[in-house]
Amino acid sequence: MAWTPAEQPDSFEFDDISEKEIAKILSKYPEERKASGTLPLLYIVQDQLKRETGHAWIPLVAMDLIAARLAVPSVRVYEVASFYTMFNTKPVGKYHLQICTTTSCWLRGSDDVVAACKKAAGVKEFGETSEDGLFTLSHVECLGACANAPILQVNDDYYEDMNGPRTEAVIDALRAGEDPAPGPSTGRLSSAPEGGRKTLLEETSPRSSGE
Amino acid sequence: MVKVLVDGTPVDVPAGSSALQACEAAGKEIPRFCYHERLSVAGNCRMCLVQVVRAPKLVASCGFPVAEGMQILTDTDVVRRARRAVMEFLLINHPLDCPICDQGGECDLQDQAYGYGSGVSRYQEAKRAVTDKELGPLVKTVMTRCIQCSRCVRFSTEVAGTPELGIVSRGENAEVTTYVEKALTSELSGNLIDICPVGALTAKPTAFRARSWEYKKTDSIDVMDAVGTNIQIQARGAEVMRIVPRINDEVNEEWLSDKGRFSVDGLKKRRLDHPWVRVHGKLHKASWQDTLVSMARRFEGISGDRIGAIAGDLCDVESLCALKDLMTALGSSHTDCRQDGAWYDMRSRSGYLFNSGITGIDEADALLLIGSIPRHEAPVLNARIRKQYLHKGRGGFPVASIGALPVDLTYNVDVLGEGPEVLTRLLDGSEAFAEVLKTAKRPMIILGHGALTRPDAQAVYEATLQLAYQTGVITQDWNGLNILHTAASRVGALDIGFVPGSRGFAVTNMLRGGVEILWLLGADDFPLDKISKDTFVIYQGHHGDAAAARADIILPGAAYTEKSGTYVNTAGEVQRALRAVFPPGQAREDWQIIRAFSEVAGHPLPYDSVEALRARMAKVNPVFSNAGTEIAPAPQSVTDSSVSKGTAEFNNARIRPVIDDYYQTNSISRASLTMAECSRVYGPMRAVAAE
Repeated sequence: MAWTPAEQPDSFEFDDISEKEIAKILSKYPEERKASGTLPLLYIVQDQLKRETGHAWIPLVAMDLIAARLAVPSVRVYEVASFYTMFNTKPVGKYHLQICTTTSCWLRGSDDVVAACKKAAGVKEFGETSEDGLFTLSHVECLGACANAPILQVNDDYYEDMNGPRTEAVIDALRAGEDPAPGPSTGRLSSAPEGGRKTLLEETSPRSSGE
Repeated sequence: MVKVLVDGTPVDVPAGSSALQACEAAGKEIPRFCYHERLSVAGNCRMCLVQVVRAPKLVASCGFPVAEGMQILTDTDVVRRARRAVMEFLLINHPLDCPICDQGGECDLQDQAYGYGSGVSRYQEAKRAVTDKELGPLVKTVMTRCIQCSRCVRFSTEVAGTPELGIVSRGENAEVTTYVEKALTSELSGNLIDICPVGALTAKPTAFRARSWEYKKTDSIDVMDAVGTNIQIQARGAEVMRIVPRINDEVNEEWLSDKGRFSVDGLKKRRLDHPWVRVHGKLHKASWQDTLVSMARRFEGISGDRIGAIAGDLCDVESLCALKDLMTALGSSHTDCRQDGAWYDMRSRSGYLFNSGITGIDEADALLLIGSIPRHEAPVLNARIRKQYLHKGRGGFPVASIGALPVDLTYNVDVLGEGPEVLTRLLDGSEAFAEVLKTAKRPMIILGHGALTRPDAQAVYEATLQLAYQTGVITQDWNGLNILHTAASRVGALDIGFVPGSRGFAVTNMLRGGVEILWLLGADDFPLDKISKDTFVIYQGHHGDAAAARADIILPGAAYTEKSGTYVNTAGEVQRALRAVFPPGQAREDWQIIRAFSEVAGHPLPYDSVEALRARMAKVNPVFSNAGTEIAPAPQSVTDSSVSKGTAEFNNARIRPVIDDYYQTNSISRASLTMAECSRVYGPMRAVAAE
């Protein structure tokens, strides 16, 4: 059965987990500067929707609620939420595939990752959601992990050093309900050089280096 | 002061000025789009780039503070090349639709493209297009033309106090929008059209009607409220096409209320353009000659004390003076300008003025509103209160109100109560706000017509005056007891003495059958059904509004755009309006009609030119002797500090707002289709809020 994205709900309430988070966030700011809580509160809403519906997004009524809670005009929250690609103002699939297509990733082959995503997830264009409602494909700007380019971000996890086949494998695993391990997909440790160490190869005792 | 060199010219500017202000002080014109001197600095258009010696790169002069000895170069090759580059970027996504754009001819982008635009475009890619936004009945949008200067966002957030516009998304997708489609709720939304430097926001009611260079421009004064906003009437041929504000820092800065701007179409509808005489119960068209003669015949044998006159809210002082003189000549002292039944302290001029002056708001540090809703009664003045509220910062400008507020005033207001008994509590100190007024350096009270039109107005006024003395609202060098009027003609009428003389009747007595002949000078806003049946009613005015239907004789007069008139605003400033167009058909300037009738009735008035009439006005009240120029401020302090203890008691009724529907308050705005549409769009919300 084809997935239809959720409509804008008529109402929204923070649940207990969110309320606890909000209390923690707002305690960081003085009362008259609580507008600073806009970004964290948007995340809280998105997480709550993810918990409740499996789809992480921020409905309009929730933005209004945040605005009321932080005593700022609603339009200020709309501005923030629409500015950042981290916030989804429309429902997205269960797995939000975010591909960095900025220079470093593109040079290292992000085009292959995009093609693999489209093929494996069954979507044609960026911004589309697959028919089963599992995958939404987005392109995002630099994710700040150029040393492990190209990057595929799935929800909150970075899958690094991707290429076409490994991307397809990750997506197939996700479709099968598995939980593929995030991080470098080539087996290296974080951003250490491929194929082992290139420097500091000699063993030196701490004594001999100086005093 | 800081000394700066602009292109080698030394100028002194106050510390904290921006480089742009220094350049202007030196007489250099700096191109700009986002910078507006009455809004916060955004610095996002980059058009105002200048070179500062020893700065590593060009700086945006609008947001760059001056320093002692700074050398600014505004016209070097580098600067010009940079501005050309900025212009090229701005024009990349700007459509080339000037021929069908209403801003054409008065467009900042167009003008500056002459200076910095390239003749050809190097841009080959597709231009972006942006969906238009629906912002209500007044502001039309063509968002593809928007250059994202964010002036409108800052205006609605800062000046209007209705933060509804924002810039959402980013990069190429960024756009100015309300996000959720809604009509702008500000009474100052027309000013968005003026501040928009391109054709993205234009006037919806006058879309595609005329070009800016076709207008004949005439300086005038707005009569839709009592602020006396300085306006420019722009007419083409015999038709007033639009009204825009003029800059006057003492009065309106550079804003104009929506009613003042968009009521213009009401000037063409329901006009009285011919004299009418009621014969056998039906109104018939008649010539001026016949009308005046039959009127004079009706006056025959009627003693002066059976004749009365009521003046409306839009009258110029000239016609009021002429009518008052005519009434005196006929032996009547029944003249009244207070059709709403307001009560004023007539002992001195300061009893009915906005004594601190409108600029006094810029000094105030505490405010008590009594029966006033400035957002509806005087939107431009309300913006000034908001400006001071923002300027003073958090808690620096406490505002309280006696009387419920049906609308958000755009600043925090503490409602102390809904009836005048709050004054008693303020006087005995049991209400904490009395202490706030006392500790403030420049406390201010605005007493509105919600209080002054009550039956116990005198008691309210006297209690307020007592409070003013007690809390330092009135001191030797400060008089912060302000009356906020709602009628443009009211202060002028009070100044010229258009009030009942000794043993004269006020409005209620005139209506109750106290007079046989009732002359209504543009008076529509009082209970007409209370006019006793056998009263002979003469209606002199410009619109076939409520009162014209009741009239036995209709004398077609001129609207404010069609006569040269004197108006006195709520702060007592005497201002002169000029004639933009001629009255339609047989309609004539009001004072001339009265003068003509005086001749026919055998009591000719001793002036037959407007100069002579103005000389007469100056004799009645010296404030009129130098209209149009700076006049001495009203006496700052009431000398009579021994306030008479009012014998009248408060009644405990709630204070009601005087304006139910901001968009329709007088005969012109009621005739305007634009205002009717606004009333339809915004009306229900107001009605709910007023409950």
